Amino acid sequence: MIDVDEFATRARGWLAENLPPADPTRDTFFLHAATHPTDEEVLARAATCRELQRRLFDGGFAGICVPPEYGGQGLTPAHQAAFNREIRGYDYPAEIQASTFIPCMAVLLEFGTEEQKLRHIPRMLRGEEIWVQLLSEPGGGSDAAGAVTTATRDGENWVLNGSKVWTTSGWWGDWALCLARTNWDVEKHRGLTVFSVPMSAPGLEIRQVELVNGSKDFCQEFLTDVVVPDTDRIGDVDAGWGVMTRWLYHERTISGGSPYVTGGGNRPNAGPYDIGSLIEAARAFGTLDDSRTRALLGEAQTNVLVLRALVEAVTRKMAGGALPYHAAAMTRLFGGTSNARRAAIATELYGEAGVVWSPDEETAAQVGLGYLTRQAACIGGGTTEMARNVISERLLGMPREQRADTVAFRDVPRGPQAGGSGA
Amino acid sequence: MFTQTADQDLLEATTADYLRVTWTPARIRELSRLDSPFDPALWRRGVDLGWTALLVPADSGGGSVSGNGLADLLAVAYQFGRHAAPGPLIGTNVVAAALARWGTKEQHGGPLAELLDGAATAAWGYAPRTGPRSGNGLRAVSSDDGVALTGTVPLVETGTASGYLLLAAADAQGLRSHYLVPRDAPGVRTSPLRGIDLTRRYQSVTLQDATVSAAARVGEPGSADDHDELLLDLTAVLQAAEIVGTMERAFTTTLQWTHDRYSFGRPLGSYQEIKHRMADLRTQLEASAAVTAKAARHVGEGSPDARLWASTAKAYAGQVGPELIQDCVQLHGGIGVTFEHDLHIYLRRATVNAQLFGTPAAFTDRLVSLTETALGGGK
Ligand SMILES: Cc1cc2nc3c(=O)[nH]c(=O)nc-3n(C[C@H](O)[C@H](O)[C@H](O)COP(=O)(O)OP(=O)(O)OC[C@H]3O[C@@H](n4cnc5c(N)ncnc54)[C@H](O)[C@@H]3O)c2cc1C
Repeated sequence: MIDVDEFATRARGWLAENLPPADPTRDTFFLHAATHPTDEEVLARAATCRELQRRLFDGGFAGICVPPEYGGQGLTPAHQAAFNREIRGYDYPAEIQASTFIPCMAVLLEFGTEEQKLRHIPRMLRGEEIWVQLLSEPGGGSDAAGAVTTATRDGENWVLNGSKVWTTSGWWGDWALCLARTNWDVEKHRGLTVFSVPMSAPGLEIRQVELVNGSKDFCQEFLTDVVVPDTDRIGDVDAGWGVMTRWLYHERTISGGSPYVTGGGNRPNAGPYDIGSLIEAARAFGTLDDSRTRALLGEAQTNVLVLRALVEAVTRKMAGGALPYHAAAMTRLFGGTSNARRAAIATELYGEAGVVWSPDEETAAQVGLGYLTRQAACIGGGTTEMARNVISERLLGMPREQRADTVAFRDVPRGPQAGGSGA
Repeated sequence: MFTQTADQDLLEATTADYLRVTWTPARIRELSRLDSPFDPALWRRGVDLGWTALLVPADSGGGSVSGNGLADLLAVAYQFGRHAAPGPLIGTNVVAAALARWGTKEQHGGPLAELLDGAATAAWGYAPRTGPRSGNGLRAVSSDDGVALTGTVPLVETGTASGYLLLAAADAQGLRSHYLVPRDAPGVRTSPLRGIDLTRRYQSVTLQDATVSAAARVGEPGSADDHDELLLDLTAVLQAAEIVGTMERAFTTTLQWTHDRYSFGRPLGSYQEIKHRMADLRTQLEASAAVTAKAARHVGEGSPDARLWASTAKAYAGQVGPELIQDCVQLHGGIGVTFEHDLHIYLRRATVNAQLFGTPAAFTDRLVSLTETALGGGK
């Protein structure tokens, strides 16, 4: 196996030749773009992501920790980490890391059949299949095991009915992992099954949902008699919760620590929150020398550095067995709350300019709109409250909450937003 | 939340009824797509309810309902926050107060009367001394034709096309005085700004030898520095009241949600973690309302502690208001960050109020200086 330093050297040379530099003034990540990208712009960027992913593949840098038989490089997390250090400053397919590689590819690697892995993983690594997550439902996302979207067996097929929501990139994704209920008469965790579903499946209707910042990348799906062959089932029937726990684990590693993510999480740069950008803004405002400004800048940067150290430490300890994998909830919690705090800090630094700006002040607009959507960092990928539950109950072993959902799922109380009758 | 007399109740109730039917959240979302969401006719009907009269004494054509006009106006501003209603409520009232206190008879008969009957709106072109929007200040040059004003004002709220701006400019001796400048005066150019509020719009103003008559001065020469501080007190209290309105709306919506929303077979509100959060938020709401009401009382009565309370109200409500609404967003989960949900309408209004005319941090700073002075050690 190529050693890590040698690999890093090779990567450095290859990157300089093959990837364009990142444009730090342009934040293309759809959720944060301040300029309300049109659907055409989003699709154009998606095409660029596919093309950049293909270049990584051709260069031998896609799926660094994925076995060679599925198109990967068969190397170690240390190789991926080295590559991630080298790729800083380059444009890369940041927007498709989540959900395509985590959790979807990671879940396929763990639970897919040989045929499923051979069919999909090389295509993912080549940028030909972008995957999304059909998990959350109108009735609730935190309680993933409370899904009411139902799959009914019909010979060699399954027929899916229900609704999914908050699907990032749902309208331009190719395939999805979908959690569905296959048995209403057992305790909720024991009646779930995971399927892979093409987003173009007949009966799957997609509606784009507008976010407060104007982004329309969130989707709601309505599934009406969507037919899925049994060969597209991931894992055993009614064993979906076992798949789900790993699915959720991989999703939480977006803050760092996944061997399957290229670059630093799902954004090529921190946009207006980059410390350099914040300092530059404060200098332009003439406030850089104020003690209050310096305290805020220091707090923002401290959070960034501590998060980095935390991710490294937790990842290392989980890999070595010193911490159980539930420990990933700590990086999720810290990542979420520190991102939200960072948005508040930027808003305070920008003062009036962060709420009213002239049309050419793109960065100020990003700060203003970023503040409005800041809680997305504490909601998407599982909320910070759920992370706290995992830390306290799973990591610390504190007594579990009283459960009201241990009866047959059919009889579990559900709110008015949850449809589904289990008929 | 703020009313103490039957007359104030009536003022609040009529305002609330009017705002509720006129500016539903759905309507506000629609208006957000328009370049100019301000509707002069709808504004005028609101003004008929007394919106712009409260800070103006009866002998100048206004009138309060309780004797403390600012306390009365609090109820209106609170409802503006609860509905995230469009229209330059704060600016128009603050300029009306300035004209009533320091304006000439002619200004009372003309511009002030227009503000009182809703024909015109006004904005106070305040620029903080430091920070991102400090602006370069206006210069005033007197001649036989009047006073020529030159410079830029970084940000004023929009309103009626032919409304008024209250602007401070320094003369050759460096004395700063206020002038009342018609928005459509020659030499006044505006350019639109963008921002996070859906219906309040702002513009920057450039004046190039914009000439007004000498009679356009409001107050004695050199009085603007002092007067600015009082206008800042009024603005801060009214902003705080709007923030409290947005907090109340977001909180009530969220409390209902914790009853309706189920997670793991239980209503969200049955989790002690959620109960404690709601208890904290309710306490912050009450505290924000309390400090704002107290500030209005003191500022309205012109008491010696007025500035201190006004600063405290803005510093506190400005800090906890947007954060409270963010917590409400969090408790809603995914739906809370969508445009079709109402929460962001209130978050936008709260945040704009918190940041404009001085951030909460700036008011905290002001509070410390005032306290220092009161203790005999300050500047
Ligand atoms: C940016 C972003 C991207 C997303 N992408 C996807 C995606 O691609 N695919 C997908 O399926 N979903 C996606 N989601 C949805 C996300 O996973 C859900 O929004 C999230 O899991 C919360 O679910 P919910 O919105 O239904 O809120 P709910 O589960 O209804 O929760 C509402 C509030 O109650 C709290 N809460 C719930 N239960 C408890 C409890 N037991 N104890 C304490 N507090 C509790 C929650 O933390 C939250 O604050 C995304 C969301 C965001 C913001």
